[in-house]
Amino acid sequence: MPLTPHGRTDSNGRSDSNGRGGAVGLSVVGTGEEPDEGNAGTSSAETEAEAGAEAGAEAEAESGTETGAGAGAGSGDPPADAGELERVLAELLAFLRRRITGDYTVDEHGFDVDLTEHVVAPLLRPIYRSYFRVETRGLENIPDRGGALVVSNHSGTLPLDALMTALAVLDHHPAHRHLRMLAADLVFAVPFLAPLARKTGNTLACHADAERLLGAGHLVGVWPEGFKGIGKPFSERYKLQRFGRGGFVSAALRSGAPIIPCTVVGAEEIYPMVGNARTLARVLGLPYVPITPTFPWLGLLGLLPLPSKWIIEFGEPVDTSQYTAAAAEDPMLVFELNDRIRETIQHTLYGLLMQRRSVFF
Amino acid sequence: MRPRRVLVTGVSRPLGAEMALALAADPEIVDVVGVDTIAPAEDLGRTQFVRVDIRNPLIAKVISTAAIDTVLHLSVLATPLGAGGRAAMKEINVIGTMQLLAACQKAPGVRKLVVKSTTSIYGSSPRDPALFTEEMEPRGFPGGGYAKDAVEVEGYVRGFGRRRPDIAVTVLRLANVLGPGVDSPLARYLDLPVVPTVLGFDPRIQLLHAEDAMAVLMKATREDHAGTFNVAGDGVLLLSQAIRRAGRPPLPIPFPAIGSLGNIARRLRLVDFSSEQLGFLAHGRAVDTTKLKEVFGYVPRYSTVATFDSFVHDRELRFTIDHELVERVEHGLRGLLAGHRPAGTSR
Repeated sequence: MPLTPHGRTDSNGRSDSNGRGGAVGLSVVGTGEEPDEGNAGTSSAETEAEAGAEAGAEAEAESGTETGAGAGAGSGDPPADAGELERVLAELLAFLRRRITGDYTVDEHGFDVDLTEHVVAPLLRPIYRSYFRVETRGLENIPDRGGALVVSNHSGTLPLDALMTALAVLDHHPAHRHLRMLAADLVFAVPFLAPLARKTGNTLACHADAERLLGAGHLVGVWPEGFKGIGKPFSERYKLQRFGRGGFVSAALRSGAPIIPCTVVGAEEIYPMVGNARTLARVLGLPYVPITPTFPWLGLLGLLPLPSKWIIEFGEPVDTSQYTAAAAEDPMLVFELNDRIRETIQHTLYGLLMQRRSVFF
Repeated sequence: MRPRRVLVTGVSRPLGAEMALALAADPEIVDVVGVDTIAPAEDLGRTQFVRVDIRNPLIAKVISTAAIDTVLHLSVLATPLGAGGRAAMKEINVIGTMQLLAACQKAPGVRKLVVKSTTSIYGSSPRDPALFTEEMEPRGFPGGGYAKDAVEVEGYVRGFGRRRPDIAVTVLRLANVLGPGVDSPLARYLDLPVVPTVLGFDPRIQLLHAEDAMAVLMKATREDHAGTFNVAGDGVLLLSQAIRRAGRPPLPIPFPAIGSLGNIARRLRLVDFSSEQLGFLAHGRAVDTTKLKEVFGYVPRYSTVATFDSFVHDRELRFTIDHELVERVEHGLRGLLAGHRPAGTSR
């Protein structure tokens, strides 16, 4: 297939021109890490400093600032643009002050933009760029403004695919939109996960929340396979599960928001789930407890995902503005659209898998 | 219908007293009758105070003698601290409401009923939608305390509305009210020098300024707005954020331990930490106020954040973490940075 690599560089070039962080490395397929080094270096230094900052914010004001600043200055990198460094540190200080004094706003869903943009996204960015070397295509299918519903396949035991999709849109879409994700209620019952989920833009996957977000003109992400998709055994990889009851379709119909199918390749291989500790899962009240070749055998080390190479492709939007809100009450239409979107994603999956040379490159 | 003779229950509590005063100041209102089980602490103007327990059938006589046309039911208690225990609180809330409604049903002159309820009837659970609208049912039914009482009270009020369709019934579901004179469990809780929180959770909370609560109750009394309305300030605050804004250190406590700690706090009469409030501290709650703004026609003057800030300001909360100090430290460090710049460029 001589066309494949060519096609890839093409789409890379496009996603790069959109890129905010200037991910130069992605244009060279397979050796993405080397030219990326300089960038990755700065971003991880930032991340460290900010991670320290967040810890500091939680614990103690002044000492936290000092260690955070110290870490940032200590790992100051070769280009050493002093003005730049000063700007970064000043921003860091301002961020810390906001966190300590509570001077930030969260929206009614609990979304904390300040925390998401300054702590969570910088932490995920190196994973996105250097670890999974995510290649994002079709971002032009996401509108710059207004409500839209991104519907994606779900896989990988832990929902890293959702995080990477959100980061792809935030970093590489020209409008830098936040993807507001719809999550299962289990997420909001788990300590530590629950507040983090809300702060990073998740809300409960229910009609009321989906329609409220779409109506307010947000970009909403939904993974209709749910636990059936993310917790499926490795042997069933890239086989789409049932797409729920089509709730997302009726939400989109009611709000007149376009549906954008999204296909993620690579996330299936990060934690190959070869078994499921059912009894333990039942005791813990979880939908599944994965057994992978490394987990739980290697303990915490087993939690390290395999560094597969990812492709995220946003497909052509399905326009729903031609239907009236009453269409949402027509189960036939809802099922039909549901199946159509599922088929689209499944076909894109097969296509991308054909193009993929190997799992890891 | 303009109210002429108004009955206010729970008039010895701050909100009731303020409402009675405000109604008494209105020359169009002929009579204001206030009832409660204890004597009011402050002067209620021309309000006639009748010391009567609404659990007693005597209330019917008060209504008929004074020819009451509007009943403002404010005596649904939020905390057992002032009532003398949970059992007494439930008596006052539920049996009291039943008696009052029974009396109203028999009184042909009554044209309007305004009931103060609470948004805690929606409960707090991880399966809650981000915002509750008035039509939504609670996901987790409130297990006890104020919320359960309020659910029962609203149930009786709905039944009453069916039996007397000629009476305009307004139910106002107020979010947590904070204000200069308000002594609520939440106010006491936020007033603690170290604020205990549930480890691993950070609820969204919504507040209502006492002035807005007053204004909404007043509007409901003066005008006819039958129906149920959520009343809350715009926006939400995260509990962690509120604690930071108040300059308090939080004290995260694991879920199992916080229950027993709550019991001790209740014994000491510090704060009322009932199970329903624990759910609130873990999962929080927020409501949609579109209906209040568009149908009822009132836009709260204070947002949730403004309510909280004015609460912090009014109470003169002693800042454990001084915000000015934090700002000074930031300025100092930035100055230090700028001072180091020449050194940085020469490198």
